[in-house]
Amino acid sequence: MRRRLLPLLLSHAVLMAGAVAMLAPFAWMLLTSIRPAEEVFAAVFNPIPGRFAGAENYGQAWREGNLPRAMLNGVIVCAGILGVQLLAAIPAAYALARLRFPGRGVIFGLVLFGLCVPIQVPALPLYLALAEARLLDSYFALMAPFFLTVFGIFLFRQFFRTYPQEVLDAARLDGMGEFEIVWRLAAPAALPAIAAFSVFSVVAHWNDLYWPLIVITSREMATPPLGILAFRDAETGGNYGALMAGAALVTAPLVLAFLLARRAFLRGITLTGLR
Amino acid sequence: MTSPQARREALAGTLFALPALALMLALLIAPLAALILLSLTDYRLGAVALRFVGFAHYAELFGDEVFRRALRNTLLYVALVLPGAVFGGLGLALLLRARRRSRPFYEVAYFLPVTATLVAMATVWQFMLHPALGPVSALLRGLGLGHVDLLNDPELALLTLALIGLWQLLGFNMVLFLAGLSAIPRELYEAAALDGARSGIDRFLRVTWPMLGPTTMFVTITSTITAFKVFDTVVVLTRGGPMGATETLLYVLYLEGFQYFRTGYAAAMTVVLLGFLVLLSLLQARTIERRVHYA
Repeated sequence: MRRRLLPLLLSHAVLMAGAVAMLAPFAWMLLTSIRPAEEVFAAVFNPIPGRFAGAENYGQAWREGNLPRAMLNGVIVCAGILGVQLLAAIPAAYALARLRFPGRGVIFGLVLFGLCVPIQVPALPLYLALAEARLLDSYFALMAPFFLTVFGIFLFRQFFRTYPQEVLDAARLDGMGEFEIVWRLAAPAALPAIAAFSVFSVVAHWNDLYWPLIVITSREMATPPLGILAFRDAETGGNYGALMAGAALVTAPLVLAFLLARRAFLRGITLTGLR
Repeated sequence: MTSPQARREALAGTLFALPALALMLALLIAPLAALILLSLTDYRLGAVALRFVGFAHYAELFGDEVFRRALRNTLLYVALVLPGAVFGGLGLALLLRARRRSRPFYEVAYFLPVTATLVAMATVWQFMLHPALGPVSALLRGLGLGHVDLLNDPELALLTLALIGLWQLLGFNMVLFLAGLSAIPRELYEAAALDGARSGIDRFLRVTWPMLGPTTMFVTITSTITAFKVFDTVVVLTRGGPMGATETLLYVLYLEGFQYFRTGYAAAMTVVLLGFLVLLSLLQARTIERRVHYA
């Protein structure tokens, strides 16, 4: 027993030290978000604020920062992207996995190639096309480049390949069409993969900076990262309490969702490093 | 091939693939073709006429001091992040594997930075590193390191960004390694013990490390790509400064393409970038295929 105690303590010590470093920014963000400005500027490092200033800090972040609008935009954009992604990817993946049709090999080759291409590559021509069509600074501009998800197609195809052939044969004998088979049999069976992919997609697009930074210019169309960036730059007086409150507001939805659905998040985000 | 079922299948397959194919043409193929054409011209946003310049932009690129510095900075950044991200992630996974009750807590703690919006957390880091008001600076002063301004010191700024990058990536890699570890059959350890592998180090070298090969490969390439694409922290924290010390490839590309609007030149830069990424991703795609199969 004593031989095992020392390694156990050591491993906890290492893990705990790392965990403290990981969580420190979150703790400091929350503590500062309820700290009055005079304390922040006096560089008082008491963990516990002398006076609770959460109401004024969060109030200021909520009213002055355009954050509610940015977060609403984030919800709209993430939902729009995910909806189109699923509608286009699921049937295509099913076709690639289970149906014989001309051009199947070519399309799958394109999917594999697409896996190598991040948004930064088509960004320039897409920007020019959107500018030409006078569609910059719109929801459409934020969403359109991500309607195609080669990763989703790839993932769902892998999943559909394992779907039992007997079920498909039986459904066809029963007179079910392929459209019905996709949406009433295959897609429900793929729900775990769809859930994992949804987490992956929403996290990626809620947090994305590169593309929104390019196509969005107006305050009204800001996404959460743009909202927090604008709030920081407008805060010339440097009220860090309000800025930290804003940061907490923007990170809260995903962090809370993660705490509530830890397994789903771990699965979804680690599906791939392709972001 | 002309049975009714085969015809029905071909029709359904074509219809199902059509929307995705249309999106591929509009969002992938056409932009790529346009990108390559643009890189051979002197096009600037809003220009009326454009001139074919051949490979002049590519030649210019390799003589461009800013691009070369960005390439150097990016590679240095990758080199700074990668060892910690891979071996740190592996070490944490090995420690965490044996924990039963405390595992959920540690998983949450290490994974939180992966989920959290990096732009928002970068503003938190900026505050933590503030030379006068930040706790990190106070801590460093307390350790007798004097007055340090990590983000405004040309020697330290890139390293600081790399540490923040590592902070964001570590939990991700840890979870990948945990998945890899749980896929190693127990019997292998028993067999290794019979073969005389007594110590933990023996078991690690004979079973764990070789069996983790594909996972390690995947984690290494994924981390390389993520680090290669460093952008958010540069925008929020340094804007490429001080004195260009943190100008990275994507940041320079963003400036050229979308701030200075030197479209043709930025297109050539993108093509070179794509070359790098395709190379890395080809390696990655091979490892994903394996991972998804055996998961």
